[in-house]
Amino acid sequence: MPTLNSIDLDISLTADNDDLADTNRQRMEAHGAKCVNIMSSPGSGKTTLLEATLEAFKGDLKIAVMEGDMTTELDADRLRACGAPVAAITTGRSCHLESDQIARGLDQFEQDGPLSRIDLFVIENVGNLICPAAYDLGEHVRVVLVAVTEGDDKPLKYPIMFHGADCVVITKIDIAPYLKIDLAKLEANIRTVNSTATVFSVSSESGAGMDQWLAYLKEHARVG
Amino acid sequence: MPHEVDMTKALMMSLKEWHKTQPQDRVVRVVRLVVGGFTCVEPDLLRSAFSRQKIGTFLENAKLVIRESPFIAYCEPCGKEYRPDIVMEYACPDCRAPMQEIRSGRELKIEGVEMDDGELAQAA
Repeated sequence: MPTLNSIDLDISLTADNDDLADTNRQRMEAHGAKCVNIMSSPGSGKTTLLEATLEAFKGDLKIAVMEGDMTTELDADRLRACGAPVAAITTGRSCHLESDQIARGLDQFEQDGPLSRIDLFVIENVGNLICPAAYDLGEHVRVVLVAVTEGDDKPLKYPIMFHGADCVVITKIDIAPYLKIDLAKLEANIRTVNSTATVFSVSSESGAGMDQWLAYLKEHARVG
Repeated sequence: MPHEVDMTKALMMSLKEWHKTQPQDRVVRVVRLVVGGFTCVEPDLLRSAFSRQKIGTFLENAKLVIRESPFIAYCEPCGKEYRPDIVMEYACPDCRAPMQEIRSGRELKIEGVEMDDGELAQAA
């Protein structure tokens, strides 16, 4: 039996992804822009919120969207219809985006002109509350959406995702009166796993709470 | 496809780079990983992804040994560590302050490897 040599290493499993995420972040900052990574379950209203956001900002804040979806470009098409530059990133069988895909998205935007024409890059991650939590993409702000239809215990079921959020947006607030959801409990559950995140409620349909969301994005766009 | 498959790919890539700098006659027998209790990574899925992906590579003879590091938070007001309950309760059990600092449980890394000792292997 040969003896074994034990060698200590200290290599993060996400080291390559994280290094490239830093490069992405610096690249956007060098052009004066910042980046928001939006994550949620499928059907929480990410695309609808972005449609309402693009409509509201038209001309005021230049937003480019990197749209992650497993197979189709349906969401990307919806956002293109709002007039924003959109890079569609289809992930195939993978359930999350990684930073090399964001780098390619930025390349794509750069082919059409300097990145400095953009104030804010928005990443719409693949609908999933597990895997995207593990991957830094180069964003400055992590936003997690949770729809009132999802129940008040979502933050407890997916604590790592909610813990990592800088901002949690409760969506579809207009239909809350028709549901059994306890909004105070939902907010308390968000606070249980994340005591520091900014939390607010919106309805992309009725426009309720949109002012706060738009102000939040504006505050986190453009460097300096 | 679970993200453990992608993480295993990243693990193999990182080790491949490192392995290039090593004497090539030594076989990697063990890869030691640390997986924190407050990550979204399932050790069993890493093991099964590794057992499939290692076939035909320099890690074919390696076993994956995973150490799970506990989820530990630190309460500033009380000045002490505690173990949050990942299902329901993250606040400090004594003073009820919300969880602020995580001291352990976020790790996802290759701690080290065990390789044959080249000379002894030849002698034997």
